[in-house]
Amino acid sequence: MQFRGYARPDGRVGTRNYVGVLSTVVCANEVVERIGRSLTGAATFTHHQGCGQTPVDLARVNRALVGLGRNPNLAGVLLVGLGCEGVAFEEVAEEIRASGKRVESLVIQEEGGQARSVARGHLLAQELVAEASMVQPSLYPISELVLGLKCGASDTTQGLFATPAVGIASDMVVAAGGTSVLGEVTEFIGAEHILARHARTPDVAERILAFVNRMEGRAKAMGCDMRGGQPTGGNIKGGLTTIEEKSLGAIAKAGTAPIEAAYEYGETPKVRGLVVMDSPGREPEILTGLAAAGCTLIAFATGRGAPQGFPFVPVVKITGNVVTWIKLRDHMDCYVGTIMEGTESLPSAGRRLFDEMVEYASGRLTKAEISGYSNSMDIYVTGPVI
Amino acid sequence: METGRGIDAVMLTETDNVATALRELTQGEEARVGVGERTFLVAVRQGIAFGHKLAVTDIRLGDAIRKYGEVIGRATQDIPSGAHAHVHNVESLRGRGDLEAARKTNAV
Repeated sequence: MQFRGYARPDGRVGTRNYVGVLSTVVCANEVVERIGRSLTGAATFTHHQGCGQTPVDLARVNRALVGLGRNPNLAGVLLVGLGCEGVAFEEVAEEIRASGKRVESLVIQEEGGQARSVARGHLLAQELVAEASMVQPSLYPISELVLGLKCGASDTTQGLFATPAVGIASDMVVAAGGTSVLGEVTEFIGAEHILARHARTPDVAERILAFVNRMEGRAKAMGCDMRGGQPTGGNIKGGLTTIEEKSLGAIAKAGTAPIEAAYEYGETPKVRGLVVMDSPGREPEILTGLAAAGCTLIAFATGRGAPQGFPFVPVVKITGNVVTWIKLRDHMDCYVGTIMEGTESLPSAGRRLFDEMVEYASGRLTKAEISGYSNSMDIYVTGPVI
Repeated sequence: METGRGIDAVMLTETDNVATALRELTQGEEARVGVGERTFLVAVRQGIAFGHKLAVTDIRLGDAIRKYGEVIGRATQDIPSGAHAHVHNVESLRGRGDLEAARKTNAV
């Protein structure tokens, strides 16, 4: 089976063909939004980081911006900064450029303010869009697909039907030589022993356990029971009682493939197959992390109905909750409640989901893309704003 | 509404002591619980919302709560068979900064 994608100079293949207008710092968001408003074919990325943070967080922001810029769903990149931020603007631009794609940059303080920056940024972006539109799509094997795994607005149907179906689809991507990225380390808590058993080597198992320990340590340092934050109030209404229960349902989306490696947030996997990436479970940070890792398609299992998407990576919503499927039909892409209704087996729902994922990879629009509910984005930070 | 398999609640492994309601269950009814190919009846003690859990055996204070064949928490009170098992009578064992803070205070 193949998908229709867009090859980039570094050999990777995108599922979409956007120009990315990326803000390097919270202070440049206004200009990025104004440039994006009047363009076709461009996707904008804004966030709340990039300055007044510890070097640990700034290094993560730099890495995430490089990863986002290099994401194969972007044909070209316009980088917009303010001029005095903590982000290493030039290095970020250079590292994106090293992937072979055209990178233009715009510094608001050098341009002389908003109006001049927006005007020149608009012109530059128009050129980039014109070039991007000349890239012809072709058919590529599933081995070129990088799938991100996510679940959210969870209830108990999710762990019974949606995540197991996603797990089957993910296993099929991996079996075809593709890559699947599992994040949401918070939702490993209580299920990490199972993931560690799936690790290819003892070293990978140890890294997974260390990620969980670090994440749980951060939550515990607040001196309270994290229930209410994880699982969320909505999760609890949906019947989930503890983080352990939520995690055991959540990890089903990784299927049964061996875990080849474990990466830091936003790092690009160096191997194919199933890999783990450190990240929290909240949508803006995990969707951004998956995009920065180079995911070109995201499978998002939901119970109560999460509408969020990402600006330049299609996010496919999968639910097994019939009420959500009907009530939030404008946000849901795939229904697997058929498993509970007895009209479809879990393996057959998983295979159908895989086929649909290939369609979405090939250009079929997700509900998040159609509705424009696709601006769930921010970069993960672990330290204080200083 | 009965589900396609003709069960009202699903238990994921034989070692579990809770089942997940696949429809809203009402007090006094006999719910058919499925685990693999086997089904059995549990008298429902109180209303259980769709997706929520009921005890399928008598669970004692301090017992581990089992779902997916794994421990998902601990009973903070006795939970009789057919009763709702949720945040009011089940606590998490993880991410408990409150317990750690209490331990530190006691140590001082």
